[in-house]
Amino acid sequence: MSTVVPILRERGQREVFCGLTGIIWLHRKIQDAFFLVVGSRTCAHLIQSAAGVMIFAEPRFATAIIDERDLAGLADANVELDKVVTRLLERRPDIKLLFLVGSCPSEVIKLDLSRAAERLSRQFEPAVRILNYSGSGIETTFTQGEDACLAALVPSMPARNDIEPNLLIVGTLADVVEDQFKRLFDALGIGPVAFFPPRKAGENPAVGPNTQYLLAQPFLADTARALEARGAVRLEALFPLGEEGTTAWLAAAAQAWDIPAERFEAAIAPGRERARQALMRQRPLLEGKSIFFFPDSQLEPPLARFLSRELGMRLVEVGTPYLHRQHLAQELALLPPNTQLSEGQDVERQLDRCRSLNPDMVVCGLGLANPLEAQGITTKWSIELVFTPIHGYDQAGDLAELFSRPLTRRLKLVA
Amino acid sequence: MQLTLWTYEGPPHVGAMRVATAMRDVHYVLHAPQGDTYADLLFTMIERLAKRPPVTYTTFQARDLGGDTAELFKNAAREAFERFNPKAMLVGASCTAELIQDDPGGLAKALALPIPVIPLELPSYQRKENWGAAETFYQLVRNLARPVEELPDLPAQNGAARRPRCNVLGPTALGFRHRDDVREITGLLDAIGIDVNVVAPLNAGPDDIARLGQADFNVVLYPETASLAAQWLSRNFKQPMTHIVPIGVGATIDFIREVAALAHMDAEAFLASHPSRATWYARSVDSTYLTGKRVFVFGDASHAIAAARFAARELGFTVVGLGTYSREFAREIREAAKLYGLEALITDDYLDVEARVAELQPELVLGTQMERHIAKRLGVPCAVISAPVHVQDFPARYAPQMGFEGANVLFDTWVHPLMMGLEEHLLGMFREDFEFHEGAAPSHLGRHSPTPASASAAEIAPQLHDAPRLMPMHQPQVHQPQTALQAGTTPTPVARGPASWIHEAELELKKIPFFVRGKARRNTERYALEKGLSTITVETLYDAKAHFGR
Repeated sequence: MSTVVPILRERGQREVFCGLTGIIWLHRKIQDAFFLVVGSRTCAHLIQSAAGVMIFAEPRFATAIIDERDLAGLADANVELDKVVTRLLERRPDIKLLFLVGSCPSEVIKLDLSRAAERLSRQFEPAVRILNYSGSGIETTFTQGEDACLAALVPSMPARNDIEPNLLIVGTLADVVEDQFKRLFDALGIGPVAFFPPRKAGENPAVGPNTQYLLAQPFLADTARALEARGAVRLEALFPLGEEGTTAWLAAAAQAWDIPAERFEAAIAPGRERARQALMRQRPLLEGKSIFFFPDSQLEPPLARFLSRELGMRLVEVGTPYLHRQHLAQELALLPPNTQLSEGQDVERQLDRCRSLNPDMVVCGLGLANPLEAQGITTKWSIELVFTPIHGYDQAGDLAELFSRPLTRRLKLVA
Repeated sequence: MQLTLWTYEGPPHVGAMRVATAMRDVHYVLHAPQGDTYADLLFTMIERLAKRPPVTYTTFQARDLGGDTAELFKNAAREAFERFNPKAMLVGASCTAELIQDDPGGLAKALALPIPVIPLELPSYQRKENWGAAETFYQLVRNLARPVEELPDLPAQNGAARRPRCNVLGPTALGFRHRDDVREITGLLDAIGIDVNVVAPLNAGPDDIARLGQADFNVVLYPETASLAAQWLSRNFKQPMTHIVPIGVGATIDFIREVAALAHMDAEAFLASHPSRATWYARSVDSTYLTGKRVFVFGDASHAIAAARFAARELGFTVVGLGTYSREFAREIREAAKLYGLEALITDDYLDVEARVAELQPELVLGTQMERHIAKRLGVPCAVISAPVHVQDFPARYAPQMGFEGANVLFDTWVHPLMMGLEEHLLGMFREDFEFHEGAAPSHLGRHSPTPASASAAEIAPQLHDAPRLMPMHQPQVHQPQTALQAGTTPTPVARGPASWIHEAELELKKIPFFVRGKARRNTERYALEKGLSTITVETLYDAKAHFGR
C-alpha cells in the first residue's frame, strides 16, 4: 500500500445507519423473501424513515415490536414470536423465505433467534424456509446488514461437487446490472455464472470447491468467510466501479478462465469505450475538485479510487466505517500516496476537520447533508450510492454524474 | 409483541428530540446504540431544517457492552457540554440503553455541570413519540419555570398599561404545520388585543421557560404535547388554559371567545369584522357537490376531532369513520365520534385502518402519511391533516391549519382532490366515454394515464369536451347512481353474499362510476341476501338502488 499517512482511527459518536437499513434493498432483491425485524419501535421507525418515500403496496418487511410484557417475562417472548410469524405467514402465503432479523434490543435481552428460526422452520418447511441474522446497531454498521444476511443464506446454498469451474458473483446488484454482466461473461466465454443473492429464494445458487467468486461489493467479509468454508475461492480484484475497476474485475475472472487476451479485449471493448466516453464528458466538471468522505457504506475506498484516477478529483479524507484490508488491498494500492484514510468516527471532530479543510464536495449521510449545505458546503448523500445502479461500464457515467450534479447545480443556482 | 408494518409514532425519545430540536440552547444527550442517529434525518430531510438536531448520541456497540458504557455516557455528556455550551441539558436513554440500565440521570448529576440537567424517564416499551414529547416538555417546565414571586413585576394589569398576556404551548419540531399555526394564532391573539409572553417549545430557550409564570393564561395549541405541562402550570401558577383547538372556522370562533373570556375581554366586535372566506366558499353554489361526500378521518386525536367537525359542519360532508392512533386521547375521540353516530377507531395498527377504509369505501380520506398510502392503494382521494407527515407536508409557502387562514387552507386542500360537481354529472351521463375509465383522475389534477392509447385520447379530448360540458346544467337530474346508491347506508361489514351476478348485471355494474362501484356492488349483494335472491340481474341492481336510496 502506497499510503504513508497513518490511518486515523476514531471512536466517538458514529453518525451511521445500523444494519437493519439493508432490508430496504434486500427485500426488493429477493422477491419472495420477507424480513421480520424482532426489535423495538425505534427499529420500525428507523426502517420506515430510511425507506423514505419508497413505499410499496405492502412492503415485504415488518417489525415484531417487543413490548413490556415480553421483557417482564409475563409472556414468553418466543411464544409471542411464533404467534407473530404464524399471523404473518397466513397473511402472506407468497413468502418462501423468512428472515428473522435481530436488533439491538433482541441482542441485549438475548432472545435466541437462531433457535427460533430452527423451531419455526420445523413448523413451516417446506413451504417457507426461516433463517436469521443480526442487523443490530451494536453488531453491524449499515451495509454490514447485507453481509450478515448473505452469510446466513450461505449454509442453505446447494452443494456443488462437480469438477466444472463455476463463477459466483457475490453482493446485491441491480437486476439490470446483473444482466449486463451476464452478457459480458457470456461474450467472454466464462461460465456457468450465478449471482448471489438470488432473485428468488428457490434459486439459491450452488457452491463448492470449484466455485470461484468475485465480490461485487466491498462490505462482505462474513459472507466471504462463509463461502470459503464451503470451498469457494475468492478472485482478487478491484471492485467494478468505473471503467478501470470494471475492466480489472472482469479481467480477474478472465484470467481464472484462461481467456485469451484478444478475446477479452474484443468482448469488453464496446462497454469500455462507452464508459470512457461517458467519463470524458464528466471529467471537466470534477477534475481538480476536492472531496471529503464521511464513513457510511464501506464503498468509500473504491469510490475514492475511481474519483481520483478516472476523474482527477483530490481526496481530502476518505472515511469508512471499517477497512477490510484484505478485500481492499488492490484498491488501497491505487489510492494516491498520502491519502488520509479514517476508520470509525467521531462525528464532531470529523465535522471540525471538514469545515477547516473546506472541500469542494462532501459525501455524507442524510443527517448531515442539509446542515452542511446550509453552511455553503456542497454535499452528495451517500445513501444514493447504495440505492442506485453504479456498477459496471454502462453505469460509470451515471456514477460520475452523481458527484458532478451537486456541483453543477450549485453553479446554476448561483448564476 | 406486535406485528407492525408502518408505525404512526416513533419511540418516546424521538418525541424528546422534537422538543429539544424546537428549542434554543438546549442539548439532549442520549444513551443509544449505533444506528439510533437515523432520527436526525427526520429533522434534516423531512422537515428540511438547516441545523443538526442538538442531540449527542453515545452510539455504543457490542464491544462497549463488555466495558464501561456508563463512562461512555459521562464522556459524551461532558464533551457535549464543552462543545455546545447549552443553557440546559436533557439526558436519557433510547430503548436499548434502557435495557442496560446505566442511569443517565445519575451519571449526568455526578458530572456536576453548571447548568440545569434534566433526566428523562421515557419507557420505550410502553410509550410512544407524542407521550415522549409531552413528558419532555413537562419536565422542562417543572424544572425550569421559576415561581411567579421570583419573576420581575409586570406593569399592573388595571389601566391601559398592560394588555392581557398568554403563553402559546405545544408547537415542536417535526409538527404538522406548527411553524405556520404559531404565526397565525399569534397574529390572531394580537388582533384581539392579547400579547404572547412565551411560545414554547418552538424557538424558546431555557430562559423563556423560566418566565412562563408571567402570563395570565396558557393557550394549548397541541394537547398531545402541551396538556401535561399546561395542567402543571394551572395547578402551580394558577394559570388557566384553553381547551379548544382552533382548527376550522367554528372552532376558531369558539377559541377566540374562550381566550377573550380568559382575558376578560369582549371579542364580538372583532368577530363581526372578520368574515371567513372558507365559510363563504362552502356556501357558494358550486360547493353543492360537496354535500354528503363520505369522508374517513384518522390522525392524532386533536387534528382528527377538529377535521371531523370542519368536514361535517362547515363543508357538509358525511363523516363515515373517525379514529386516532393516540390511545392517550381515547375518551375525547369516542365522544367526538358519537356526534356523528360512529364508533371511534382507536388503533395504531396500520392494517386495521386500511381494512376499515376498504370496508367503508369513503369518497375522501383525511389522514396521515399512512392513510395517503392506503388511499392511493384503494384509489380514493386523500388529504393529509395530521402527523406523521412526509417532506411534501412541509410546504415552502405559508399554510397553517389553525385560525381563519387555516380554515381557508383546509377548504382548498380537501376540496382539491375531489371531482368537481359538473364533472361527476358528466361521469354519470357519459360513463362509457373513453376518458372516463377507472384511471381517469379529476381533470383539474392534470394526470393522464400512461398508456399510449389514452395519451392519444387526451390529445383529441379538447374538441370532444366542450359540447357536452353545458348539458348537465340544463338536466341536473340525469342519472346519478352514485348519490342514490350511497345515501343512507350505515356501513356494516357484510360478507359477500352467495348471490351470483348474471353477465348483463355485471356489465351494467361496470357503467357505474368506478369510485362508487364497490359500494353499489356491496349494496346490491346485501339487498340480494336480504331478499334471498340467488342471482343478481339488472333489475336487482336497480331494485337495490331504489331500496337503499329511500
